[in-house]
Amino acid sequence: MADPMRIRARLTGDTVEVKVLMAHPMETGLRKDSSGKLIPAHYIETVKATCKGKDVLTADWGPAVSKNPFLAFRFKGAAKGDKVTITWKDTAGESRTDDAVVS
Amino acid sequence: MRAKTKQHMFWLAIVVGAASSFTASLVWAQAATPADPVAQYRAMFGDDNPADLWVMRGQDLWQKPRGPKNVALAKTCDLGMGVGKIKGAYAHMPRYFADTGKVQDLETRLLTCMVRDQGLDRKAILKNRFGDGDRKSDLEALSAYVVDASKGIPISLPMTHPEEKRAYAMGKAIFYYRAGTHDFSCATCHGQSGKRIRLQDLPDLANANPEAQKTYTTWPAYRVSQGEVRTMEWRLGSCFRQMRFPKLKYGSEVAIDLTMFLAKNAEGGEMAAPGLKR
Repeated sequence: MADPMRIRARLTGDTVEVKVLMAHPMETGLRKDSSGKLIPAHYIETVKATCKGKDVLTADWGPAVSKNPFLAFRFKGAAKGDKVTITWKDTAGESRTDDAVVS
Repeated sequence: MRAKTKQHMFWLAIVVGAASSFTASLVWAQAATPADPVAQYRAMFGDDNPADLWVMRGQDLWQKPRGPKNVALAKTCDLGMGVGKIKGAYAHMPRYFADTGKVQDLETRLLTCMVRDQGLDRKAILKNRFGDGDRKSDLEALSAYVVDASKGIPISLPMTHPEEKRAYAMGKAIFYYRAGTHDFSCATCHGQSGKRIRLQDLPDLANANPEAQKTYTTWPAYRVSQGEVRTMEWRLGSCFRQMRFPKLKYGSEVAIDLTMFLAKNAEGGEMAAPGLKR
């Protein structure tokens, strides 16, 4: 249902830099629509990044994170060709998993 | 212990992110004024642009068979470069299309293809012409995809058909037409160089010049303040609202003619859209 993420993972030296663009409305639950009704909260709660079966990043997010979030992080211990997998889950119970190969 | 390590790594990620953006802002500070946080923001993103998400969705919409007639735009839609060809299409628009007998900009041309070739409902498409969160706009996604395929290609309009020349002349007239409660025209803000409103630099769009090129070639763009990709039709509509003009009708002749005038003034500029704007 949710749109795919765009993930880039680039190895420089011994560090992999991962950049992730996620498509998500990240509604805070505080905004109102044009008829004055509250728009229900709908945001990503957990983000997990794994590589070779190990968690390299887990994060608990809240409504303060922007719409269409951009996440960048670095980790060590991966080589070219390894797969980085990112998963998010949101308050509506939806989730999305995408992966990218380290280049 | 495990949880602690994870949290540690999370913070490390944030700190690293902050450090790299700091270096980026140092480099950037020489190029722009300190009052330009948007440039700083762009530097942080580097080659990435949330508009890429729209490009990906647009590619899907372009290539997959859709609508009651179950055909793909990639197999039926001619944007002026031949059926299904999108490379450079945006850099040569607006232009005259013989099949509709009209000068069309990208959005209206896409609309023609979606309604005529795919059999989709025009009203339903137009209802969602401007997306907002979960309510997604197919027109904005498709525009982002088509425009992305013109990156690096200089703008040059055919400008051979009498209708195209008429559209340009009309666009110019509209650009200078003063009206509304504030007696404004487009030229009031965009008729000269080196002016600003609050902290917004106002580009000179009245003549062919580098400012006009830089502005036109970076639209459509991802608007950070809205979290959406907006097209030229939206940009013009918003200008009309700011001038306290009557609401600009989406895909109207006025919108297309104005786009024609702006595109002509940007000729020679290389397309760099989808851009990233405040």
